[in-house]
Amino acid sequence: MCGVCGCSYHGEHHHHHDHDHEHHHPRDHHHHGHARSEGHVPHDLVRIEKDILARNDAYANANRDRLAEAGVFAVNIVSSPGSGKTTLLIKTIEMLKPMLPVAVIEGDQETSLDAERVRSTGVPTVQINTGRGCHLDAHMVGHALDDLPLPRNSILFVENVGNLVCPAGFDLGEAHKVAILSVTEGDDKPLKYPDAFAAASAVVLSKIDLLPHLDFDADRCIAHARAINPDIAVLQLSARSGEGMARWIDWLIEAPGLAAQTQGAAHCHA
Amino acid sequence: MHEMTIATALVDQVCHQAASLGAARVAEINLRMGVLSGIARSLYFCFPSAARDTLCEGARLNIDEVPLTVLCTYCDAIKTPAALYNFRCPDCGRPTPKVLTGREMQLVSIGLVPLDGIVAVATAQDEKQQQTGTR
Repeated sequence: MCGVCGCSYHGEHHHHHDHDHEHHHPRDHHHHGHARSEGHVPHDLVRIEKDILARNDAYANANRDRLAEAGVFAVNIVSSPGSGKTTLLIKTIEMLKPMLPVAVIEGDQETSLDAERVRSTGVPTVQINTGRGCHLDAHMVGHALDDLPLPRNSILFVENVGNLVCPAGFDLGEAHKVAILSVTEGDDKPLKYPDAFAAASAVVLSKIDLLPHLDFDADRCIAHARAINPDIAVLQLSARSGEGMARWIDWLIEAPGLAAQTQGAAHCHA
Repeated sequence: MHEMTIATALVDQVCHQAASLGAARVAEINLRMGVLSGIARSLYFCFPSAARDTLCEGARLNIDEVPLTVLCTYCDAIKTPAALYNFRCPDCGRPTPKVLTGREMQLVSIGLVPLDGIVAVATAQDEKQQQTGTR
């Protein structure tokens, strides 16, 4: 049974019963004269030394192993609501589809509207509704993987919940995070929401066809992003006009890890 | 918003440990949080809600904040950037993407209250023996 939600998750289970911690020992007691008064309670101190998100990380590692073994390159797309993630995704799928199989996991708080839009491109799509949750976690994604065909040398897009804060902190098992920032949002956004840009391998500046109408300074924005993450790749594009799309597709095809991951896996299983 | 997820993950992990050690309840939880995790204050705020009706209810949360340090490969030294999220060496100005400390979110230790009448009695005897030097 799944330890997170009690469902019958049949994937890898990671229960942490590390027994390297100190079991409580009588002489570890703190001695206070008045038991259970003013917070002074005699108790044993037990060392744990473990990451708080250890369970998410365990699920993420299981997803990563599973994707690597299947030869699937997974991209976790994070951005604010309204940056044009879904539109970009649909255009991207249309361009990638003739080259390699694509699958999509859609994350939204409510509705399957995005999944329906993406499904219209003909690629397998699973919608995850997080309800009140503000981000996807690795456990949800693990379940979604069960419902998707994962052919070798394919690409999986995980469209995270529109939120530039929380998704940055949760590893889903992806090969890369990509942050999307539309030029209607303000060029100081990398400084205001640094975690998303620190965690990403690439930043996409979207809707650049609108640049003539805006005060957005692309160079300044890129400099801000590089201050947060000096290694970040920068792609400027417009899904509507098509400008910059070819470079983005090239990045996806050649992204560090893609070749190694898919060829490596193909090699192993040849 | 994700601080509630983190508080819940923390409570789950602590309760699991406390239950496996047969504790009556949890008295204190000691965390190590990097400054870049940025949620120490909100964690204090939402922890009581996450802990309600669990072994962690009423536990004291102690957070040890870890400062940001980066490795400057050019200076070959550990540095502290001038500001958070300014990942450049304060001395040579070169980018220092390698963060050494500041991203931690670790559960360090937990204080457990033993079940009355079992461990506690053994403790009293143990202490007495120690005091009288019969051990």
